[in-house]
Amino acid sequence: MSKKKLRELAINRDWCKGCGICVSFCPKKVLELDSKDKAVAVRPEDCICCKLCELRCPDLAIEVLIEQDKEDE
Amino acid sequence: MAVKDYLRERYFPHMWCPGCGHGTILNSLIRAIEDLGLDKSEIVMTSGIGCSARISGYVDFHSLHTLHGRALAFATGVKLSRPELKVIVPMGDGDALAIGGNHFIHAARRNIDITAVVMNNRIYGMTGGQFSPLSGAGVKATTAPYKTIDSNFDVVELAKAAGATFVARSTAYHAQEATGYLKKAIEHKGFSVVEILSQCPTHYGRKNKEGDAVSMLELHKTNTAKLGSKALENNPELIARGVFLDVDRPEYCQEYDKIIEQASKG
Repeated sequence: MSKKKLRELAINRDWCKGCGICVSFCPKKVLELDSKDKAVAVRPEDCICCKLCELRCPDLAIEVLIEQDKEDE
Repeated sequence: MAVKDYLRERYFPHMWCPGCGHGTILNSLIRAIEDLGLDKSEIVMTSGIGCSARISGYVDFHSLHTLHGRALAFATGVKLSRPELKVIVPMGDGDALAIGGNHFIHAARRNIDITAVVMNNRIYGMTGGQFSPLSGAGVKATTAPYKTIDSNFDVVELAKAAGATFVARSTAYHAQEATGYLKKAIEHKGFSVVEILSQCPTHYGRKNKEGDAVSMLELHKTNTAKLGSKALENNPELIARGVFLDVDRPEYCQEYDKIIEQASKG
């Protein structure tokens, strides 16, 4: 099976309350809190699509969108 | 379907504090329902009062927001009149075992097909941080400034003794595990109890110097161990996680149907 590739880390800024759970438990340190205390993906290229941020987010504000497998590659 | 399809988005962002474990439990619960492929109109969510009880307003199922501690009584009524529906009752620790303690043990005794989710943050969050029957001894709360002296209920042991037929425990940290147990509990025919340890950084965390939501979640990781694991064997002080009981016993609605059938014969 090919490696999952991130399409987008969709973060709903209106719902995010900046608790920092996603930032702390991301195994690849992809996320950080910005000056407004909202989560942002600063290193999306490191994301391994484990979805731990999405599963643990208490505000249901994160969605890890994965690129569909491309057959022709 | 995406997670958002199960939510009443107009009520978001929700009212829970930043880092509240209840949000993660809602997240796990929705994923369990999504994985089971249940239709939104097949589910009834009944809740009482408290931070945890607000969950029924956020989900796009049939929902009842009822009296403090009485969610299981209302749920029993719903289930008896419409046994084909899945009834899920999210409750807080105080809602389930203090105010609703009697309803809890009797619903378990009857083995009525309801899924009770005890979202245990060991404190009354909504009313300002009073201690609950699940706080345990040595805990600071607004009503226990010199620490509590009361022992706590063990939800798992209580549910087992009262007659529940499916009992499991997980934490907000172990979100995937919690989803797995919730799936099993919803599918189980009979009274199922899933205790999920939650964190209240606003009241419990602050008073008991457990830090922010992140460090409280770390405690869920370090203070618990899977049932049957080496870690638990070496340190029985740890809180066990896992499925403690999964048995079959006659279910209340089915037994009631038999009585109706018998009575209708004349």
